[in-house]
Amino acid sequence: MPPANQQQQKKKQQIKEEPRAVTEKTQDQAAREKPGTRKESVYFGIPGTEPLTRIERTVPADEPPALPPNDQLKYIGNRVPRQDGRFKTTGAAKYPSDTHLPNMLYGKFLSSTVPHARVSSVDTSSAERHPGVKAVHVIENDLLSAQVLDKTKEVQSKYPVIRYSGQPIAAVAATSPQAAQEAVSLIKVQYEELPFVLGADEARRPDAPKVFPAPAAQAETAGGGGGSEKVPQSGNVRGPERKDAGDVAKGFAASDAMVEGEFRTQVQTHSALEPHGVVADWKPDMLTVSASTQSTMSVRDELATIFKLPKSKVRVLTEYMGGGFGAKFGAGNVGVVAVHLSKKAGAPVKLFSDRKEEHWTGGNRPDSQQHVKIGATRDGKLQAIQFTSYGTAGVGTGAGTAGPAHAMYKCDNLKTEEYDVFTNASPGTAFRAPGHPPGCFALEQAMDQLAEKLGMDPLVIRDLNDESPARREERRIGAEKFGWKQKFRRPNSDPGPIKRGVGVAQSVWYRIVNMDSGVEVRINRDGSVEALSAVQDIGGGIKTVIAQVVAEELGIQPRDVQVTIGDTVSPPGPPSGGSMTTTSITPAVRNAAYKAKQQLLAHVKAPLRGADPVSLSLKQLAARLPIEMVSATAQRSPEYGKREGMFLGGVQFVEVRVDTETGIVKVEHVVAVHDCGRPMNMLQLESQVNGGVLQGISYALYENRRLDRNTGIMVNPNLEQYKILGAKETPTIEVHIIEHYLARSSTDAGGIGEPATIPTAAAIANAFYNATGVRVRELPITPARVLAALGNLRQGATA
Amino acid sequence: MSKKQNDGLSRRQFLRGSALTAAGTTILNSGLLAHAESPTSNAVGPGPVPITLRINGKDHDLSVEPRTTLADALRDTLHLTGTKVVCDRGACSACTVWIDGIPVNSCLTFVLDVGQREVTTIEGLGTPDHMHPVQAAFVEYDAAQCGYCTPGMVMSTAALLKSNPNPTLEDVQHAVSGNLCRCGTYPKVFAAALAAARKGA
Ligand code: FES
Ligand code: FES
Repeated sequence: MPPANQQQQKKKQQIKEEPRAVTEKTQDQAAREKPGTRKESVYFGIPGTEPLTRIERTVPADEPPALPPNDQLKYIGNRVPRQDGRFKTTGAAKYPSDTHLPNMLYGKFLSSTVPHARVSSVDTSSAERHPGVKAVHVIENDLLSAQVLDKTKEVQSKYPVIRYSGQPIAAVAATSPQAAQEAVSLIKVQYEELPFVLGADEARRPDAPKVFPAPAAQAETAGGGGGSEKVPQSGNVRGPERKDAGDVAKGFAASDAMVEGEFRTQVQTHSALEPHGVVADWKPDMLTVSASTQSTMSVRDELATIFKLPKSKVRVLTEYMGGGFGAKFGAGNVGVVAVHLSKKAGAPVKLFSDRKEEHWTGGNRPDSQQHVKIGATRDGKLQAIQFTSYGTAGVGTGAGTAGPAHAMYKCDNLKTEEYDVFTNASPGTAFRAPGHPPGCFALEQAMDQLAEKLGMDPLVIRDLNDESPARREERRIGAEKFGWKQKFRRPNSDPGPIKRGVGVAQSVWYRIVNMDSGVEVRINRDGSVEALSAVQDIGGGIKTVIAQVVAEELGIQPRDVQVTIGDTVSPPGPPSGGSMTTTSITPAVRNAAYKAKQQLLAHVKAPLRGADPVSLSLKQLAARLPIEMVSATAQRSPEYGKREGMFLGGVQFVEVRVDTETGIVKVEHVVAVHDCGRPMNMLQLESQVNGGVLQGISYALYENRRLDRNTGIMVNPNLEQYKILGAKETPTIEVHIIEHYLARSSTDAGGIGEPATIPTAAAIANAFYNATGVRVRELPITPARVLAALGNLRQGATA
Repeated sequence: MSKKQNDGLSRRQFLRGSALTAAGTTILNSGLLAHAESPTSNAVGPGPVPITLRINGKDHDLSVEPRTTLADALRDTLHLTGTKVVCDRGACSACTVWIDGIPVNSCLTFVLDVGQREVTTIEGLGTPDHMHPVQAAFVEYDAAQCGYCTPGMVMSTAALLKSNPNPTLEDVQHAVSGNLCRCGTYPKVFAAALAAARKGA
C-alpha cells in the first residue's frame, strides 16, 4: 500500500488549545456536580479540515488523561504488524476446527430434505446399533427460526415443525467422521408434508401457504437482530416497521425534481472459510467448548441458560476463528447439539457444519425488493424520502433495508416502511451491516438519478444534503485521489463495445458501544506484561490493537505485551460485530493499563521513564515490586458526552469496464476513504477496508444463493457454483483513513468493518450507469442481466 | 469502423482477466498423480491399511482407510492442522500442500496415492520462529486477516516463487487464483508475494 497514510499520519497537526464548548469550571466544581468525575479537555475534529480543537468532557475521575492525537503517539495509529501473524502464516495457529482431544468423537447432523412438514417419527434405532456410534440426539427446538408467539396456535407436532429444507432434525456422535456420516444415513424420518412457499413475491400473496400459522418472532440471540414482537403480521408478511417524520406529500409537492424506482437484491451467504462449529467437552465440574464464534460471551450465556448451568461452569475458548461476518453469534444448533452429544457420550464431541450445510443453513443476507421515491428542489436540497422494503430472511426476520434512508442525508420529510416476508427457507442472520448494502444500492442510485435530473455532479448533490463533516472530507480526498473531475464523463461516452464508467456511493453506520467490555492488565515482577479478555479476534486484529494500547500506556513495545483473548475465564469481552469491538474494548484496555501503572508506581514510589528522562523503565520499576504482580481490571465506561448522532461512514469511488458484447463487468479500480474515530492500526484498517470492498464487489457481481423450486434445497451449496470473487477479479484498491477525533472515550477509537462494505455495490451500479447509460436495478449484475438491460436499450434506440 | 480501445487492452486479455477463476492447483494435481504409477494398484481395504508417508522430511507410519484423503490424514491422524479443509472438493485451495514440490489440493488426493513422494505442508515450510521469507512477507504486509485461507495462500505463493523467482503481478494473481479468501486479503497477498520475490525468496 502507498505510504500516503504514513505521511498523512506523520504530518504535524496544528492544535488550537482552545476549548470549543467553553465551560469555565474547576475540578472541584465538576466533582461537586457529579461525584467521581472530573473535567477533561479532549481532542476534537478532523485534522486537515480545520485546526484540531479540544472540548471539555465530564469523565470518570479515574480515567487516564486525554490521549494526544496520533501524530504524537508511538504505537497507536501506526502500522504495527499483527501479533499473531507468524502463527497464522505458519499454520501454528489453532482454530476451533483444529482441536483434537483424547477420545474425541465426531458429530454429524441429519437435515430435513423437505421445506415444510410435520415430523411424525424419527427412528434412530439402526443408527444407535452402528458400531462407531456413541450418542444420538434428536433436536427438540430449532434455535435459529422465528417462533410462533402464541404457543397454542403452533401446529401440533411431536417434533419441531420442519419449516425449511436443511433444518437439522437429529445428530450422532461417532468414533470417526466416516462412521458418523454412515450412522446419520441410517436414521429414518417420516414426514407429513405441508404446502410451502419459497419466493418472497409468492409468499406475499394472500393465498400463499402460511409459513407460520400465527404471528412469529425471532429471538435476538439468533443473531438476526430479532426485532420487536409488537410488529403486526398478516399471512407471511410481518410489518411494517415504520419511521415517519414531517410530511412526505408536502415534501414532494415542494420538489422540482423527483425520482422513483424499484430495486432488488439477492440472498447472499456469509461463506466464512471456517464453518460454524464447536468441540464440546462436558465434564461434571465444567463444560468447556472451543467455538468458532464472534462472541465467546454469547455462546457461554446461551449454553448456561439452556443447560441450566451457572455461567461460572461454562468455559468458551476461541483463540482464533476463521471468519464470521455476522453469522456466528450464540451457541446455535451446532453448539447446543454438540453439548447434548458430549453429555450423552461422556466424551468430547467435535461438530462442525460441512460446506453444504454452512451455505444452506449457516445464515444469509436476506433478499430485498425496495421502492424508493425522493424529491429535491432545483437547488439540490432533498425535500422528501419515501422508502418501502420487502425482504425475506426465510424463517427469520431482520430483512429491513431503510437504515441508509434514515441516517445518510438530512431530509425533514421521511417515511419508511420495512416488511419481513416469511418463506420456507433457512433463517437469515446478521451479515456485515445488516440491511445497509441493499438499502444503499437503492438510495445511492436514486441520489445519482436525482443529481442527473438536476444537472448536478453526484458529489455536489451529496455535499448539499449530507451533514457529516467526515464524509465531506472523504468526498474531497477521494475525488482528488481518484481523479473524479477528469474521469466523470457523460453516461455512455465510450463508442466501442467496451465501455468505461465511474461511480461513487457512500455509507453510514452507527457508533456502537458494548458496555460488557473488560480487560485485565498485569505487570509481573520480572517486568513482563499481560492483557487478558474474553474478546475474540474475527480477523480485524483486536489482539494487536490491545497490545498497542497497553504498550503506549506503559512505555513498552507492543510485542512485549502478551495478549490472551478468547477465553471466558477472563473479563467479559464485546462481540466481534457491528464494528463495535475496537470502539468498545480499547478504552477499557487503556484504563486498565493506566490503573495497573498507578498501582505499580504506588508500590515502588518512583516515576516511570517517559515523563522524566532519568526515571526508570517499567522493567526496573517492576523489579522493585514487593509483591509478585500488580493487576487491574477495567470495564468500558460510558461514552463521554451525549449519545445522539454518532455515526461512522465512508465514501467509495469505483471505475468499471463493461463489455457490452459479453455482458461481463469488471471493477478496475477503487478508492475507499473512511473514518473510524481515531484510527488505531493503519495496516489492519487497510486490510479490513480491502475486505469490505472485495465482499461488496462479490455481492454486486457474483454471489447468489439459489434454491430448487421443488424442494427448497440449495442448488449451489459449494464454492464453485456459488461464485465468490477471487484473485483475478480483485481490482487495485486505494485506502485512505481519515482521523476523526470525537472526544468520546479514553481512546476515541471507532470501527470500520461494516461501513467498508456498505457502499461498494451501489458505487458499482452507478459506475455501470455512467459506462452504459443504463440503470441496473437488480443484483447480482450478471452477464445475462447486463445483456438483457443493454438489449432493451438497443431496442429503445432503434424504435 | 469501431474505434480501438483507448488504452490498448485487447479483448482477449480483458476476457481472460474477467472470467471467474477455478482452482489453479487442481489442474496440476490431477496431472501429477494420474501419470504416476500407482503403488496401490492391488485392491486394498475397506479396513485400515498401513502406510508410510514422508512429510516435511520425516517418515510417518500410519494406518488409514483407503478412502482417506491426504488432507484428512494430515489433519485428523497426524494432527498437522495447518492444512485447512474448506470446500473438500477442489474449489478453494485452502488445503494446498506440495507433493514433490508441486502444489496440489490435498482434499482431492487419496493418501494411498501419495506413495513414496515427499509431502511438504505449511508446517514444513517455516515455523513461527523461523519463517519462510514468504511467510515473513505475509506478516509484514498484513496478508492474513482471519488467517484460515492463509496456509494455502502461502503454499501457492511459495511454490510460484520457487519456479518463477521474478513474477509479475499477473503471475501472482494466476498462482493464487484458486485460493479463496473471504476476508479479502488479495491485495496484500499480491504485495507480499512481490516483496518476497524482490528479497529473493
Ligand atoms: S480445495 Fe481442498 S478444501 Fe477446498
Ligand atoms: S484471511 Fe480470512 S479467509 Fe483469508
